[in-house]
Amino acid sequence: METKKLTLKVFRFNSDTDYLPRYMTYEMEVSNGEVVLDILNRIKWEIDGSFSYRRSCRHGICGSCSIKVNGKAVLSCKENVFDLVKIFGEELILEPQDKSRAIKDMVIDKSNFWTKYDAIKPYLIAKIDENPKSENIVSKEDAEKLEEADYCIECGNCFYACPAVGVNEDYLGPASLVKAYRFNADVRDEAKIERLEITNKLGFGIWDCVKCYECAEVCPKEINPIDKITKLHNQTFEEEMAEDNVATRHAVGFKNSIKKHGILDEGELVKYSEGLFGTLKHMPEAIAMFRKGKIVLPWNMPKSKNLDEIQKLIKSSSTSEFKGK
Amino acid sequence: MSKLKYALYTGCTARESTPELLKSTLAIAKALDIELVLLDEASCCGASHLQDFDDFLSLVLNARNICYAEKLGLTMVTICNTCQLNTALTKERLDHDEDLRARVNEKLFEVGLEYKGSSEIKHFLYALVDDLGIDEIAKKVTKPLSDLSIAAFYGCHNIRPSKLHQGENPYKPTSIDRLIVALGGKNVEYESKNRCCGFHVELQNPKTANALSANAMLDAIDNGAESVVTPCPLCHIRMDVQQHNISKEAGRDVKIPILHLPQMVGLALGIEPKELGIEHHVTDVTFA
Repeated sequence: METKKLTLKVFRFNSDTDYLPRYMTYEMEVSNGEVVLDILNRIKWEIDGSFSYRRSCRHGICGSCSIKVNGKAVLSCKENVFDLVKIFGEELILEPQDKSRAIKDMVIDKSNFWTKYDAIKPYLIAKIDENPKSENIVSKEDAEKLEEADYCIECGNCFYACPAVGVNEDYLGPASLVKAYRFNADVRDEAKIERLEITNKLGFGIWDCVKCYECAEVCPKEINPIDKITKLHNQTFEEEMAEDNVATRHAVGFKNSIKKHGILDEGELVKYSEGLFGTLKHMPEAIAMFRKGKIVLPWNMPKSKNLDEIQKLIKSSSTSEFKGK
Repeated sequence: MSKLKYALYTGCTARESTPELLKSTLAIAKALDIELVLLDEASCCGASHLQDFDDFLSLVLNARNICYAEKLGLTMVTICNTCQLNTALTKERLDHDEDLRARVNEKLFEVGLEYKGSSEIKHFLYALVDDLGIDEIAKKVTKPLSDLSIAAFYGCHNIRPSKLHQGENPYKPTSIDRLIVALGGKNVEYESKNRCCGFHVELQNPKTANALSANAMLDAIDNGAESVVTPCPLCHIRMDVQQHNISKEAGRDVKIPILHLPQMVGLALGIEPKELGIEHHVTDVTFA
């Protein structure tokens, strides 16, 4: 059995008694089969019984034991320690998912996660016949529409790794949006429109995803949350729920521009997305850019070669329409 | 080693708001004896927004772009992280889903094209560090960066999702840092090098965008950076053009020159700053 001597720098804090957190350093001989949860247990059992963290199933299903190691969001019971050593070396820093919400050591107040989760009505909404004559059977094809979205264990890895959540406390965040998709895609559910109204709201929902793919990277169940957020965008257009605003026009504007030039007309995209009044906000940057030769004037816009081909494809391959509520 | 040759997908920004990126890419390719064939037929990749409106159309257009690299029998190189992601994601989906590929090809056949999946897609950064090699580049340095402290800002779409971008660890990317050192500079260690600049919500949520840029740039500055370098023109536009708005959001002066990756390489190779388009920056590059 291979072992390694690791230095663990562990975030310690008790919100009842401490003014500031501190980092304790522990040395530990770790073997190649151990996961992060084993280390948390050994700190508590071998070093300091007052050390606190959440844990329950130890099988990657309860979603309780997530923490951050050297900034990487991990589900402790699933993350092999040697894999982390390969990335970060033999000094590992163990921290709670969100240091600013620490209650005690690794235990955080996760209420912001649950509030966002509740906001999208994370349950099946349907008129149920209380005395059905037969089983309500969902076909294999219909079940597959949920894709992986149903595997979410609410561990919070994506939520606490999401940079948009970090700077915009209103943003629903990836886990909640995945759950909205999960029920919207369920053929038995009848509240898709209701949910899209919530997830569509500027400042709160899908349009505030920064497209950084952190959520896809940290999900222990490989749900690929950003893919589900894209599908919510698609549903929003399909159900004609897309309002006529800066964010929706920004998505649609690409098609208009590609149709005209093949490549994107950046100036035109800003004008189309923002409208006349909104465009004025950007004048200071536009003037600075123009002076430095960073703005191509409309009559100088380059076009892709074989533009007719692109236009034909746009005609034959478009699957979505923007009506703008 | 035989001469490296690639099909260059410039993306849109390099032809519009960051002309210096195309200029410097072509200049260093010439200096490093790399042949680049421009894909003038290519369209916009949809910049990760078109797919929100029309996923299938976005796939077809990206597949068409790849077709032109395939016709040349060349690896496609990109110089924008978001172009890289969209193109590589399209390839990934079409290479692993026969039905989808058939549906996309049905459309492409109508214009006489076929997606085969024969071309690789890589960002120019990795053509430099993996194909040419950092040692080869180091041999051609004539004007070392003389210990200039440079913070590498990797940009999300070159490192995540990591399944798509083999070779770089999204939690500890190293390629640009290694390149900085090889060019005679000093690489700045800072936590935010793999973080998001917020570009994609700049229009609908400027507050989020500015806050994210501010966090990353202040982290670089507070760790001693005299410049930031990025392989992504979208990160560049944010960080170079928006410094006054970022400063307002931060409540602190956020002022630092931002280099495109090929500009940094070009300076070390002794290429004149003008040939690298340094004069196009909104925030002056005082040391070049």
